[in-house]
Order: sequence, then C-alpha cells, then structure tokens
Amino acid sequence: MSTFLQQLINGVSLGAIYSLIALGYTMVYGVLKLINFAHGDVYMVGAFMGYYLANGLGVRGAQAVGMSADGLIARGLLGSGAMEPSLITALAVMLLAMAICAALGVIIERFAYRPVRKYSRLTALITAIGVSLLLENGGQVVFGADPKFFPELFKKRNIELFGGASINSADIIVLVIALALMIGLQLVVFRTKTGRAMRAVSFNLQSAKLMGINTDRIIAFTFALGSALAAAAGVLVAIRIPRIDPLMGILVGLKAFVAAVLGGIGNIPGAMLGGLLIGVTETMVVGYLSPTYKDAVAFAILILILLFRPSGLLGSVSQEKV
Amino acid sequence: MKRILLSLLITVSLLTAFACQPGGSGGGDKVRVGVFMSLTGSTANFGISSVNGIKMAAEEVNTAGGINGKQVELLVQDDRSDASEAATIVTKFVTQDQVHAVLGEVASSRSIAAAPIAQNAKIPMLTPSSTNPDVTKKGDFIFRSCFIDPVQGAAIAQFAARTLGAKRAAIMVDRKNDYSTGLEKVINEVFTRLGGQIVATQSFQEGDQDFNAQLTSLKGSNPEVIFVPGYYNDVGLIAKQARDKGITVPLVGGDGWDSVQLYAIGGSALNGSYFSNHYSPYDTDPKVQKFVNDYKARYNTIPDALAATAYDAAHIMFDAIKRANSLDGTAIRNALAATKSFPGVTGDVTFNENRDAVKPIVMIEIKDGGTYAVRERVQVEGAAMPTMASSSASPSASTSVSPTAASTPAAATPAAGAKASPSPTRSATP
Repeated sequence: MSTFLQQLINGVSLGAIYSLIALGYTMVYGVLKLINFAHGDVYMVGAFMGYYLANGLGVRGAQAVGMSADGLIARGLLGSGAMEPSLITALAVMLLAMAICAALGVIIERFAYRPVRKYSRLTALITAIGVSLLLENGGQVVFGADPKFFPELFKKRNIELFGGASINSADIIVLVIALALMIGLQLVVFRTKTGRAMRAVSFNLQSAKLMGINTDRIIAFTFALGSALAAAAGVLVAIRIPRIDPLMGILVGLKAFVAAVLGGIGNIPGAMLGGLLIGVTETMVVGYLSPTYKDAVAFAILILILLFRPSGLLGSVSQEKV
Repeated sequence: MKRILLSLLITVSLLTAFACQPGGSGGGDKVRVGVFMSLTGSTANFGISSVNGIKMAAEEVNTAGGINGKQVELLVQDDRSDASEAATIVTKFVTQDQVHAVLGEVASSRSIAAAPIAQNAKIPMLTPSSTNPDVTKKGDFIFRSCFIDPVQGAAIAQFAARTLGAKRAAIMVDRKNDYSTGLEKVINEVFTRLGGQIVATQSFQEGDQDFNAQLTSLKGSNPEVIFVPGYYNDVGLIAKQARDKGITVPLVGGDGWDSVQLYAIGGSALNGSYFSNHYSPYDTDPKVQKFVNDYKARYNTIPDALAATAYDAAHIMFDAIKRANSLDGTAIRNALAATKSFPGVTGDVTFNENRDAVKPIVMIEIKDGGTYAVRERVQVEGAAMPTMASSSASPSASTSVSPTAASTPAAATPAAGAKASPSPTRSATP
C-alpha cells in the first residue's frame, strides 16, 4: 500500500511537469491552431538557463566536486559571496529562467511564425519543426552535447507520511509551484483584460481584430506565457532529476503534446488533467510492469483517446463551419 | 638483357634487405617481444597507457641485467585501433621479426583478430586487458592477465554476501547493455548460491533520467544492498534519486563506475557505496605505491588501470621467459601456464586452465568528498565461481574470501590525478 502511495506521489509529481509543458502547447494551439513543435525545446533551454543562472549566482554545491568551499565562495559572481542553497535561490533562478524563455518565445513567434502566418497551416507546422531542430542542434553547439548536472538549489529532505510512505521536499516544491503557476494562469486567462483578449483571439482571430484587439501583441503574449511555463517545468525537472542535455526536450515535449491532446487541445484544464494522467500512468507502468513500455504507454493512450473521444477528455466538440 | 640484369639487381637487393632483418632463428642475444597496441585512433588513450606500462617494465628488467643475461627488446607497433591492422602486425611479428612473445591488445576485438596468428606460429601471446571470454578460447598459446566480466560479477556478489553480510539484495540493470545484463546474470546466480536472495530486479535504459518509479518499487522490498551494474552517469543519478527517496543502503557496482565524473554527478549520495576494479592507485600496498611513484616520475601522470595491467602483463611474460630459460615458443608457453601467484601490482596472478588470470579484484569504497579507499581484495572463492567463467575453478581460486585483505582505508582524492578514463577495459570490449 505504501509503495502504491509512493508511486502515486511520483506520478503526480512527474505529471505536474508534463502539465506545465502541455499548457504551452494548448494555449498556442488555442490562439493560432498551430502545434508548436519547438515548445519542448524551449523547455530544454529553460533548464539550461536555470543551470547557468544557478552557477552564475554561485549556488554552493554547483560543480562542487574536488573544490573547496572557499573556492566556491570565490566563484560567486555576487559581491556578497556564494549564495546558500535555499528556496529563495531556487525561486529566483526559476523566475529568471522563465523571463529569459518568455523572451525567447516572443522572438521565435516574431521571426519564425509571424512571417508565415498568412500562409497555410502546414507551412507553420513545418516552420515549427525547423525551429525545433534549430534549438536542439544549436543547443548542442552552445551548451555542449554532453549532459550537465544541476546543482542542488535547496537541501532536499525526506518527509515521512502515514503508512510508511514518504515524500521528498523536492516533490512537494514541484507540486506547489506547478499548482501555483496553473492557478496563476487561470487567473490571467479568466480575470484579466489581456486574458479576455486571448480568449477572443482563440475564438475568432478576424473578429477579434475587427473589435480592435491588437492580435499580434496578444499572440506574442501567449507565446511568452507558454514559454515561461515551459521554462518553469525545465527548472523543476532539473531539481528533481539533476541531469540536463540539449536533447532532453524531444520526448518530454512529445508526451506533453499527447497530454494536451488527451485533455482536449485548446482547453487549459484539459492540459492539466492530461499531464497528470500521463504522468501517473507512466509511473505505474514502470513500477508495476516494465520500464520498456514506459514511452509506449503515452502514445497508446493517445491512440485510444483519438479513437473514442477525438476531441479529448474535456475538449468541446466544435462543428467546422463550411 | 638489360631488363634481366635489372630484375636480378632488384632481387639481390631485396634479399640483402631481408637478410638484414633481425637475426635468424633464436640465436640472437636479445629477447624480442612484439607489442601491438592502439597508439592512434578511437582508443588511442588505452594503447598509450598500456605501452607506457610495458616500456617501464622492460626498462626495469633491462637495468637489472635482463632476462638470464639477455636484454629485452620491445618492438612496439601501432594498429591504429583497427582489427585487421592488428592481424597484419602480428603476422609481421611472427614471420619477419621472429619475436619470442607477443603482448597486446586492450580491445577484445583486436586481440581476437590477432590471436589465431600467434597460435598458429606457436608464439605465446598475453593480453593485459581484453575482458571478452572468447579471447583465450582461440588457442592454448593465448593468455590473459586481467579478470573477465563473469569473475568480476562473482566478486561483486561475494563481497556483498560475505563482507557486507547482506541477505536481501535488489538489482537495477540496464536492460539494453550487454555489459550490464552479463554482470546482472552472474551476480544473481552467485548471490543466490551464497545464501542470499534477490528480492527485486528493476530495469532501466541508458539515458533514462527518472528512476523514481523503479526505486520506489525497490524500496518496498527492503533490500540490504542494491547492485547497480551500470555506467557511471546512470549510476550517479540513481544514487542521487535513491537518497532522495530515503533509500540508505549501499549501492554496489563494477568497473563501469570508474570515472571522475561519477562523484561529480552523484556527490555525497555515493558515500558508502562500493565498486570493483582492477586496481586502485590509492592502494596503500607498498608495491602499488612504488609502481605509482615510479610511473609518475616517468610519465608525470597517475597510472590508470590499463597502465597497471599492462605493466603486470609485461612482467608476467618476462618472468615466464626467465623460468623457461629458453626462447622457444612452446617452452615459454609452458612456463607461462605454470605461473603461480605472480606478485603484480594488480594482485597476485595465477592462470587457470582456460589461461585466464585468477587474481583478486579490488573493491573500492567511496568516501566523503569523493575519496576512494580500497575496502578489500576479493579472491573469488570456488563456491562463488560462476558457471560460465570456468568449468571448474582452479585450486588456487578456492581460497576463501580475501586472503590478502589488507582493508586499510587509504584515502586520497581521485580528482587529484585520475583523469576521465571512463572504465577503459569495459568500453574497449566492443
């Protein structure tokens, strides 16, 4: 029983990360009907930004091997010396990485997608694949192809739960941050003027334009929001699993995309639900069946959903107007 | 007429050239040893370390007056990390150069390519570090002075069962890797035979990032030790995530862990875990320390496991030639086969009837701050010998656990000199 509970915690924690990435897919699809294949790679860039920021801030323990504490303090770029690993540092690193990736998302939209927006949807899709390849291979040139290992941003502790299960503080933080971000997103989309404009654009771009909405700005904002969430996911993953490499976004991106489709693409709560479902299922398959089927299971779910509920779990059936 | 004269001239000059090649049959005053190694190409590092070790051994013997009064002459050839080139070189060794013995290679594929040639010419060949069991199956003139993977697996299992006293063990295996599954099979067999129980087996694939699900399952079965026969970068992550999950039992693995990267990844999560290796430069044994210091003085770097095994191989060969008291191939082979408890820096070496070395395997303990200490020298006992390693363990192999166990923790930082040599022997065995 405690093992099952533990696996459930693992699964929810992994699923929360898929959810965060799936949100970016679903929002961009919502406003542009574009599957942004570069999204998984923005997540990768987010993780790397977190890595460089953490090292730049001189987080103690960053590359600590064979180096004395004094050496590390000397490495700190801040005048005050090295920063102790703490929640504040973790948050600072995450927020900065989110800001950088938000800018990256805007740049990608401005220079890759906007120029082809007036052409067919297929053109945009192929452009997205191109951007994805650019980020993956560019990442290998800039960051190096070898895996990097994330420093510990805060002291991890194991907290005993009832029934012999335990939860790691990293998992708690991943869950809390993911939940906070999702609530924040919900507030932005449903309680702000910009959010209302986003919904209007996703409903009908032409009409929204006619109503005086600056659609270019709204689309850019959507990309910024989605990319920032992906960056947050990147840093959270790096906290849980301290290995990052330039190709880490491919499979995770695909699975998050499946999660978005599973929940009903274009639907924000659907993306969250889809991410959690994929995460929990995957963990259970690894824990109770075999890790060999780990990657297959997400796609098997996708096929089933497409067969029986093509619009996804929470997706609304919309008639194409002819 | 002119043409006939010309061709005659060429023939004569060629004949003279051949005649100038080193001596006729055995009458020379030097012991010629052919060394083929990869000095360039993909595994150049392995070959260079090995040749360094062999050269040092030869010089030691020569300054001490040579073998039975004869100086050792090394013929070092670069096979450019290529198996067919290795075969060509050994052909040249046995026909043209008429060497008395052959040393090489690191990579099993190249040793396997060269072995039949040495076998046919009845020239003894000794490989210092090819771990594939097939190498010495090429014939009775082919020897190996390092452990083979099944023996390593047995040593790991025996160490856990006897020294750590573990009864319940779990295994994390990389399902798609021959090295990992090979070790897993042996560990499973031997640990069970020694009275232990494998309570859980979980698998992963190289490059996996998230081991939480597997580790949770392992934790549920309450193992006292977890075997992780994998490579250092997966092991580092597994260790980290295991500690995050509240798993505190030691992890035990093989020479795939041997890299300075290991501690860079796993950090303090690895403290108190163990892995097996050919030797450790931080061994406090005076013999090892003398070797390490001499090597450092000559080459200005800490000898890796390949340099140490090659150094031992050269000395074993020289010792056999000395005892044979003859340069005849068969005599040297017989003396080599009779090698008993040769005191090498990688441990005392005896050859079994498969001409594979039977020698202790070093179990290294990882300590705070990434320092290594030799915990024990494991001599695989008869009862623990895996069925696939040898049909019947040789008598000397049946000595009980670690007769030489000088478990004196010698702490030293691996970061100091051990450069990133990701487990040479393993990766050189394609």
